[in-house]
Amino acid sequence: MEHIRMPKVENVRLIDRISSRKAVLGTLYLTATHVIFVENVSETRKETWVLHSQISSIEKQATTATGCPLLIRCKNFQIIQLIIPQERDCHDVYISLIRLARPVKYEELYCFSFNPKLDKEEREQGWKLVGLKEEYNRMGVPNNYWQISDVNRDYQVCDSYPAEVYVPKSATAHVIVGSSKFRSRRRFPALSYYCKDNNASICRSSQPLSGFSARCLEDEQMLQAIRKANPGSNFIYVVDTRPKLNAMANRAAGKGYENEDNYSNIKFQFIGIENIHVMRSSLQKMLEVCELRSPSMSDFLWGLENSGWLKHIKAIMDAGIFIAKAVAEEGVSVLVHCSDGWDRTAQVCSVASLLLDPFYRTMKGFMVLIEKDWVSFGHKFNHRYGNLDGDPKEISPVIDQFIECVWQLMEQFPCAFEFNERFLIHIQHHIYSCQFGNFLCNSQKERRELKIQERTYSLWAHLWKNRADYMNPLYREDHSQTQGTLRPQTAPCNFLYKFWNGMYNRFEKGMHPRQSVTDYLMAVKEETQQLEEELEVLEERLAELKKVQLNNRKQNSKQQDRNKHIELSTSNNSIANTPQDYSSNVKSFPSRSPSQGDEEDSALILTQDNLKSSDPDLSATSDQESGVEDLSCRSPSGGGCLPSEDSGKDSDEAVFLTV
Amino acid sequence: MLLTVIPFILSMHRVASSSGSITLKCKDLKVLQLEIPGMEECLNISRSIEALSSVESVMMMYPFFYRPQSMKLKDGWQLYPLQHYYQQIATETTAWRLSCVNGEFTVCPSYPAAVIVPTAVDDNTLKKAARFHQGGRFPILSYYHKKNGTVLLRSSQPLIGPNRKRCPEDEQLLSAALNRGERGFIIDTRSAQAAKQARMMGGGTESKSSYPCWRRLHGPLERGRPLQESFIKLVEACNDTSLSMDRWLSKLESSKWLAHLKGALSTACLAAQCMEREEACVLVHGAEGTDTTLLVTALAQVILDPECRTLTGFQGLLEREWIKAGHPFHFRCARSAYSHARLKQEAPIFLLFLDCVWQLGRQFPFSLEFNEHLLLVLFEHTYASSYGTFLCNSEKERCLCEVKEKTHSLWSWLNQPSQQKKHLNPLYTYNALVIWPSVEPQSLQLWQGLFLRWIRSSQYLDEAWAEIQRLVTSCEDAPEESAGDRQCHSQPDAAHPHRQTQLGNAG
Repeated sequence: MEHIRMPKVENVRLIDRISSRKAVLGTLYLTATHVIFVENVSETRKETWVLHSQISSIEKQATTATGCPLLIRCKNFQIIQLIIPQERDCHDVYISLIRLARPVKYEELYCFSFNPKLDKEEREQGWKLVGLKEEYNRMGVPNNYWQISDVNRDYQVCDSYPAEVYVPKSATAHVIVGSSKFRSRRRFPALSYYCKDNNASICRSSQPLSGFSARCLEDEQMLQAIRKANPGSNFIYVVDTRPKLNAMANRAAGKGYENEDNYSNIKFQFIGIENIHVMRSSLQKMLEVCELRSPSMSDFLWGLENSGWLKHIKAIMDAGIFIAKAVAEEGVSVLVHCSDGWDRTAQVCSVASLLLDPFYRTMKGFMVLIEKDWVSFGHKFNHRYGNLDGDPKEISPVIDQFIECVWQLMEQFPCAFEFNERFLIHIQHHIYSCQFGNFLCNSQKERRELKIQERTYSLWAHLWKNRADYMNPLYREDHSQTQGTLRPQTAPCNFLYKFWNGMYNRFEKGMHPRQSVTDYLMAVKEETQQLEEELEVLEERLAELKKVQLNNRKQNSKQQDRNKHIELSTSNNSIANTPQDYSSNVKSFPSRSPSQGDEEDSALILTQDNLKSSDPDLSATSDQESGVEDLSCRSPSGGGCLPSEDSGKDSDEAVFLTV
Repeated sequence: MLLTVIPFILSMHRVASSSGSITLKCKDLKVLQLEIPGMEECLNISRSIEALSSVESVMMMYPFFYRPQSMKLKDGWQLYPLQHYYQQIATETTAWRLSCVNGEFTVCPSYPAAVIVPTAVDDNTLKKAARFHQGGRFPILSYYHKKNGTVLLRSSQPLIGPNRKRCPEDEQLLSAALNRGERGFIIDTRSAQAAKQARMMGGGTESKSSYPCWRRLHGPLERGRPLQESFIKLVEACNDTSLSMDRWLSKLESSKWLAHLKGALSTACLAAQCMEREEACVLVHGAEGTDTTLLVTALAQVILDPECRTLTGFQGLLEREWIKAGHPFHFRCARSAYSHARLKQEAPIFLLFLDCVWQLGRQFPFSLEFNEHLLLVLFEHTYASSYGTFLCNSEKERCLCEVKEKTHSLWSWLNQPSQQKKHLNPLYTYNALVIWPSVEPQSLQLWQGLFLRWIRSSQYLDEAWAEIQRLVTSCEDAPEESAGDRQCHSQPDAAHPHRQTQLGNAG
């Protein structure tokens, strides 16, 4: 609170980025957790909420005649442009936000004050939703080849690894500890995925400290043990996900990669995914393109290409495809590493798992996958996503890239995933929001020390509770795309990788399809299900009625059902939108007041009130006119749980008062 | 396969001494490789294909010989009678009348026999105005926007020339199109500079002083050779399997196809916006008035008018705004993308239109009654067809060749129930509103279904559509009688009468 210099500023204008002509007047509030903009328009009083932890940068621009512009860029790719009348106010807001957006202690983060009004038991249940022990059991371990090891019980061997690690049965504690000493950050090879059908596995580690010639007997034994755990194959792949040049450079620092001569029966392979710094600047470049105001097609395509973003996405995907193929088709185990084994390794292992195992393509399975390959194996969420103020060079969109890989796969295999795009977008949102404790800190050790599970809530429980919003209507358990390994086309396939408008221009409503097929089909699906259930009931009743020879009553109930059906179906038909600025190349397009058109559109919107979005994060930031796709959404179901409504609407006033 | 599908044989080489190989590159972008035993046979086959695939005379083309048993010759040719459409407008508004001034195709060889013009203008005036327009394409009505009574007109460029000629009849015609006190917009599909330069060649664009009630806007669109080159480059990029990720994007960019797409949609939206938002009449023309002009007027109608988004309405639109309007299909769609022949007249302007419609369908997945498959079929049939619908360059030529008497109509085939079923969008629900697309580069996509059709497998996407179909039908066939269901799905207006009324009032 002491950081808020200016709790409230009036007569602030929020600029619509698509058409600069539109701006809404309102009041800006700074609270302990959010920046809130409330429009003055009396009937709607639309609110835009932004969590401090979502703020990635704040830019104060040169004062103009109309006021002092403030540009807030968010980690969920929202961009908010405000014009504050007084330079002094703007400065105060700026200084306050700079501090608020960079907390220094974990305790300052939102998850420690976020209270979804669940009791203790519910919270504990929430944390139990995703369990890794169950997951390894599901995969079929422990078994004859793999066992759970308690060597890292107190995080003594490797402080960024989980306490429970799965290792080959033949690897003794001595071998594990020995191997860990020969690996960066002591991240020794451990099991990530095990394929029941053919015993092939995916293991992960960090780079060996081989330098130019160093060897380690235990490390060699460790790899040998991994190979032996797959009796069907006489070698293993060692996949170094770095470009060869980077790996070679590491040798000079006493690190490096495995020498095929020293390890028996390994096949070594470089993949060539760039490091976190390259990825950070690539995203930066792509976002600059997204931010361009009415760019030409060339501006956009050139910018996208120069950012290299899709090339990097493809590299990650290719690595995953390589590993999945080795496991599924060749039956060969794979050891994956990069430098520290917590960024590229996590990406690649999780993409491969997703391709291999249909379970990870379900909603629950996807949560498990992130928990397994990212959270438990010490992906440095705090550093990468800048939750606490830290070294900006540590920040990089590592998990964002993984999430995009999943989206690219969803585009290619529309029936293969149980969840939809919104699920991915909301997970991305919460990785940065710090509203839930799942992604806090850099390791399991730190999270245990902070007692995260006792003090915060789990995102997975929250998503699970609202799973109806995240369903892919095309998913069917018995569909061919949901069976077995996914085999994406590899060559030629560049054109298969597309710019993800739904994520990177998530808040530019006007750019998205105006009607949501997913929501429509979901409604249709639910309706069918409902009708089928009703039919069942009716048939039962009919059978009973037949006994007493009263057939005509059935007719009445049928009529009622049909009426109901009509209501539902028509709700999907609503679309209304407004034209954007098509005349950018026309110098002076007539600017007659478009009031007539606006009235028409809003009149249409009003008839759709009952269909308003279930997606407050979207509707909160879009104007009514263009909030088109929301209209065909399902009715709200527990809106208090979606991203921008983080604090829950009922606490609005409370928040204002704490200011 | 139809031989006319093949624009040319890429290469023929000796595989072994006893056999040869022929690569066929087809107009629908497919590439086939045939291995033929026997060098002699191979040569003969390739010569035959070459000769047969380059038939010059229209009357020798396949539609004149195609006689399917299940169809009658005259069916389909009267499905979308232009006169009827125009007569309807004429009866709805007293300001417009049907004119047969072009009955013998003498006033304008590329116009149909009947056109609709302002009632206040007599045929003699029209004849004089026609002489003031390139190819005689004087301003005529293209679309009447019922909602607010505005009209969309199209023509070719006026022949103003270097001496700034004027034509009182043309001025009279254009001012008769407006009600008293109204102002209209002229959308020139060339840049202001190009329009001005056209004066040196005898063309030009309406000046403010001669046409004081009209305001000129420019929505420059590419056509002709540059558009054809764009098409060729895009197809090359799609077929280049050696491209890496970043080179793919720059190849896509340098083809400029998506930029043309953005331009076409923007200009069409501008025209639609003038009518819907500014409530003004619009005249569209470029130079000849047979290419970008039609692209803009046809697209604007899809955007504005829900009728044009139905299966039959869309066919009617093509008939009116492309075929009868005199888009020279024979010249424009002769060889497709693989041809090295530098045909002056070749240009995929109609394909660009289909692509724009596909983009609309992607942005408004419920609003088009037809699906991508129909657009693909139309693309194929413009380049090579068993039907006469897209033959020739104008109604006049079609009459001379007796196309309607001697060939079958594509529409009668497409409207057979078995065909119709394939082309319906399972998600369609009638949407009375204007569909304003986003023209941001982020919102436009490469039409994979067309350009990558023979390159990537579409199995998983097809499965998804099958699944959508399954979901929607299972909903419709749900417990109750399906009749009741269909009704609620396809005619939601019945359940929302107040919405219709509001719309009517607003307009």
